[in-house]
Amino acid sequence: MYEGVVQDLIDELGRLPGVGPKSAQRIAFHLLQSDPVDVRRLVSALTEVTEKVRFCSVCGNVSADDLCRICRDERRDVSVLCVVEEPKDVVAIEKTREFRGRYHVLGGAISPIEGVGPDDLRIKELLTRLADGAIGEIILATDPNLEGEATATYLARLLKPLGLRVTRLASGLPVGGDLEYADELTLGRAFEGRRLLDV
Amino acid sequence: MDQNGAMPLYRDEAVVLRTQKLGEADRIVTFLTRERGRVRAVAKGVRKTSSRLGGRVEPFMQVDVQFYEGRSLDVVNQVETIGAYGLGIASDYGRYTAGTAMLETTERLTETEGEPSLQLYLLLVGALRALSAGEHAPALILDAFLLRSLAVAGWAPSFTDCARCGEPGPHRSFTIASGGSVCPPCRPAVATAPHPATLALLAALLSGDWDVADSSEERHRREASGITAAYLQWHLERQVRSLRLVER
Repeated sequence: MYEGVVQDLIDELGRLPGVGPKSAQRIAFHLLQSDPVDVRRLVSALTEVTEKVRFCSVCGNVSADDLCRICRDERRDVSVLCVVEEPKDVVAIEKTREFRGRYHVLGGAISPIEGVGPDDLRIKELLTRLADGAIGEIILATDPNLEGEATATYLARLLKPLGLRVTRLASGLPVGGDLEYADELTLGRAFEGRRLLDV
Repeated sequence: MDQNGAMPLYRDEAVVLRTQKLGEADRIVTFLTRERGRVRAVAKGVRKTSSRLGGRVEPFMQVDVQFYEGRSLDVVNQVETIGAYGLGIASDYGRYTAGTAMLETTERLTETEGEPSLQLYLLLVGALRALSAGEHAPALILDAFLLRSLAVAGWAPSFTDCARCGEPGPHRSFTIASGGSVCPPCRPAVATAPHPATLALLAALLSGDWDVADSSEERHRREASGITAAYLQWHLERQVRSLRLVER
């Protein structure tokens, strides 16, 4: 045990995900030996994040303002909407530079066993966004696991009658892997979703 | 570790009941195994797209799995698919909600880890197969599973003979606390009187008479579902969360 404030710091750091007591101690001593300017920069970043960051009132992504950067960007295609589970997924898709439409963050997936039903997600907000008729295609980009599939099924059933084009991200073989190591489910899905080669 | 320094391994058939995120890319997977009852084990790196285990340790999957014994939790070592029921269930929202309620009930009925429950295992596999293939209405499969799993656990309800004295029925009155139908002399002060067709449906679901169950009317199915849910909650003494979200 260390004296008062040092131990407090170790305890607080130890509450972060993936940080055990030993790592917490190492980080605490690193901070104690660092330049106070660096530490203050970290402190102000933490304070700003807690005070300023909120969720975009349209898409639900993390944002510093009422509208996030993507919802404000007029160059983005308003006719395509990509539905994801978490803000982290927006970042993952943005990295591909393949998608120029806008996003809608649900805030999770339907999981009755965890007590999460459709009403606990931002589905009502999604329907409100569709009201003006500007959106023609919805891309369901929920996780390719069971909860994600079930959420996509639920949304597809809800959205299809509205006359929208509803698509789902393809599942299949990872790039750079060996075919023999693919599990039979993934391989089966890759067969289902095979496409014509245009050469 | 044993004397040769090798990890003790064991192999079993299992159904995946639940998965929970652990750390960066791992999951804790709850299985109902054929030989060893409920087992919780870590599936390492399973959330990465490059995982060898991939979609095999998702809920509803019936798998042949090899574990090695860890210090606190066992670790999933190899998995082969026996029955891929996940996709057939997740592609229909009604099936998904009914199936989830089955998995949660199974977990509740196997409170002690490592205690074999072969009958429940076989019952669950049969129910998931029927659900995935769409053999009957999802809500009927769910109710049949719930009633039979309670019977396997030793809480078999009676829908014809008197649950107290065994007087041959059918009887008009019904109480959950007494265990089902009751004859007039055994009838407690508070008892309900479900529609006779509802009681016939419940008896059919418990015994597996699908001709009667499939031809039942919607209103009797609703009443039967309500009775089944109340009976389940009474015996489990805790709420099954996913029952609230079942689409009927």
